[in-house]
Amino acid sequence: MKFKHALLERNVVLLAIGIVVTIAIGGLVEIVPLHTIKSTIEPVQGMRPYTPLELVGRNIYLREGCYNCHSQMVRPFRDEVERYGHYSLAAESMYDHPFQWGSKRTGPDLARVGGKYSNEWQVAHLKDPRSVVPESVMPPYSFLAERRLRVRDIAGHLKALRAVGVPYSDEMIKSAAADLAAQADPEADTKALLQRYPKAVLGDFDGDPKRLTEMDALVAYLQILGRMVDFKTVKPEQLKQ
Amino acid sequence: MSVAVGVLPAGAQAGARVVYDYGVVRLFTIATMFWGLAAFLVGVVIAFQLAFPVLNLDLEWTSFGRLRPLHTSAAIFAFGGNALFATSLYVVQRTCKAPLWGGPALTEFVFWGYQLFIVLAGTGYVLGITQGREYAEPEWYVDLWLTFVWVLYLLVYGGTIMRRKEPHIYVANWFYLAFIITVAVLHLGNNLAVPVSWMGVKSYSVFSGVQDALTQWWYGHNAVGFFLTAGFLGIMYYFVPKRAERPVYSYRLSIVHFWSLIFLYIWAGPHHLHYTALPDWAQSLGMMFSVMLWMPSWGGMINGLMTLSGAWDKLRTDPVLRFLVAAVGFYGMSTFEGPVMSIKAVNALSHYTDWTIGHVHSGALGWVAFISFGAVYFLVPKLWGRKEVYSLKLVSAHFWIATVGIVLYITSMWVSGIMQGLMWRAYDKLGFLQYSFAETVAAMHPYYVIRATGGTLFLIGALVMVYNLVKTVRAGAPAHERIESPLGTRSAQVQPAE
Repeated sequence: MKFKHALLERNVVLLAIGIVVTIAIGGLVEIVPLHTIKSTIEPVQGMRPYTPLELVGRNIYLREGCYNCHSQMVRPFRDEVERYGHYSLAAESMYDHPFQWGSKRTGPDLARVGGKYSNEWQVAHLKDPRSVVPESVMPPYSFLAERRLRVRDIAGHLKALRAVGVPYSDEMIKSAAADLAAQADPEADTKALLQRYPKAVLGDFDGDPKRLTEMDALVAYLQILGRMVDFKTVKPEQLKQ
Repeated sequence: MSVAVGVLPAGAQAGARVVYDYGVVRLFTIATMFWGLAAFLVGVVIAFQLAFPVLNLDLEWTSFGRLRPLHTSAAIFAFGGNALFATSLYVVQRTCKAPLWGGPALTEFVFWGYQLFIVLAGTGYVLGITQGREYAEPEWYVDLWLTFVWVLYLLVYGGTIMRRKEPHIYVANWFYLAFIITVAVLHLGNNLAVPVSWMGVKSYSVFSGVQDALTQWWYGHNAVGFFLTAGFLGIMYYFVPKRAERPVYSYRLSIVHFWSLIFLYIWAGPHHLHYTALPDWAQSLGMMFSVMLWMPSWGGMINGLMTLSGAWDKLRTDPVLRFLVAAVGFYGMSTFEGPVMSIKAVNALSHYTDWTIGHVHSGALGWVAFISFGAVYFLVPKLWGRKEVYSLKLVSAHFWIATVGIVLYITSMWVSGIMQGLMWRAYDKLGFLQYSFAETVAAMHPYYVIRATGGTLFLIGALVMVYNLVKTVRAGAPAHERIESPLGTRSAQVQPAE
């Protein structure tokens, strides 16, 4: 029997079904395999969930819309690798809910900004970008240093993330509130925290050790970016997709 | 709300009268212009912020990072969305010869529900409530609300088609229907999230990293493909033939390009992720389908432009038609530029630069806004019972002011984008990177000023339009008709149906 398009034009239900089937194919073919093919995320050493302070800092990064101007995805080009460091691996954002690869570089890529500048530089730059980079067009974020960090239920945040697949342990959730305060407190005992979250950057970030501010959290997040994976241990054959 | 009575032409069903529901179409038309001005204004503000960062005012609520989503959402979902609601609910009635399903109570609920969505989303951004996903920033509770409103919209739209008196569903409705259905699917797929608590605003997305990236750009690119393309092609398929008073050029072409367009668009998302940690096979698929997409896109353009066959002279005398046709021209241009930019070698240069921003705006200002302007200029006299807009001269002035604005915008972004890409990868004689990042930022300044100037012209054009429309509505009604004010008293208006 010859198919006539008039059939679809005369029946809105058939037309709607036709549309759903047509648009479903591309999405399914592209998205489903990403969840099933193992090599999508190369296994590398060092990735861990964010510390509570880094996580809160990351949420401030989202809140301020930093992704509108900064990418977190170094592409495998000579100039980008020289400017920013090793190209980004899928594994490096495996605990990022949501991802923050970005789409625009009005400012530089931040995938490996951790450890590139001192805390003092980061704070000065965030408070008044043009005081350290005269050409910058970035908005100033001085209010972050004034505002005490207030998180109502940090354990709840960790639990929500565990529900979507981030491997936070019971212990991490139990000590979330304590860890949140301890990471930016130079006097705190951080041995257990470091065991839970290796390589966490410790100490006061915003230059005011007495207060835990939003600036502390954001800088703690920036300082861990790109530092979890030790690229000395990554061999090229591991990175075949 | 008010209703309008159309009398069917003799011969069809002599004596049968269709009572169209124009009240909600009027509301959506007013909202289109209101949010249009808001979107253009915020756009101009953030464009100037990039040229003169002092305009961030050192306040958290007015920083670029919070205002940019306000601009994009206002332009896409508030301005574009209301234009789609207004035109689709008008077109579906006229082409089905049936009033809206559900009646004024339901359609007005859809109207106010959608405006509430816009206000919740927009105020959220300014206060820092966001999912941090481009073009999908609203948090989980706003997403749920939009889902509810959207389902009602689908019911109104589909219900109206069901009660049509024409045997065939007109081509514009295929596009509108594809837009409504696909946007629902994309919205649900991309906003899967787990709230931290039912009383709080914060949520975490279900997917992470690479899977999340592809889901987001599957959504993001098809927000372009279905919200800003399929829906607006629906506008083209009704308003261009109506205004030109010519039939659509090719029925066969409309079938072929409809199905190929909606099939191919869905695959194109990965071109936003070239050379990232997304697997190569997905990038290649994205590029291939983006290049193929050129064909159905131009199929639509050809069908729109060729509809003018035998009526090209009207472009000289009718500035409303000029808006509609220039829009189709811009559509053709940006759907050629898009496939070019999706080629990996080109994308290596263009990605992360202002070229992308210029490309988006040749589509958003040239295609989406121009075809909306044309449709609104067509609609307002019809909805308020006037013969024609207050001043066609002002429409013409608007056209040229806005066109110059667009040209300034996209040419400055081409230059700055390509320059930026080349500066990032430039090496000096000794093999070192030639420019620091800060130097590339400084080089952008003149182009950012030109871009902001172009945007300002576009805003001025829209202000001229609003003045013209207000004058149109305020102009005295023809003596034999009693016309009600948009939100005021009820009365019937008699006008011939097509």
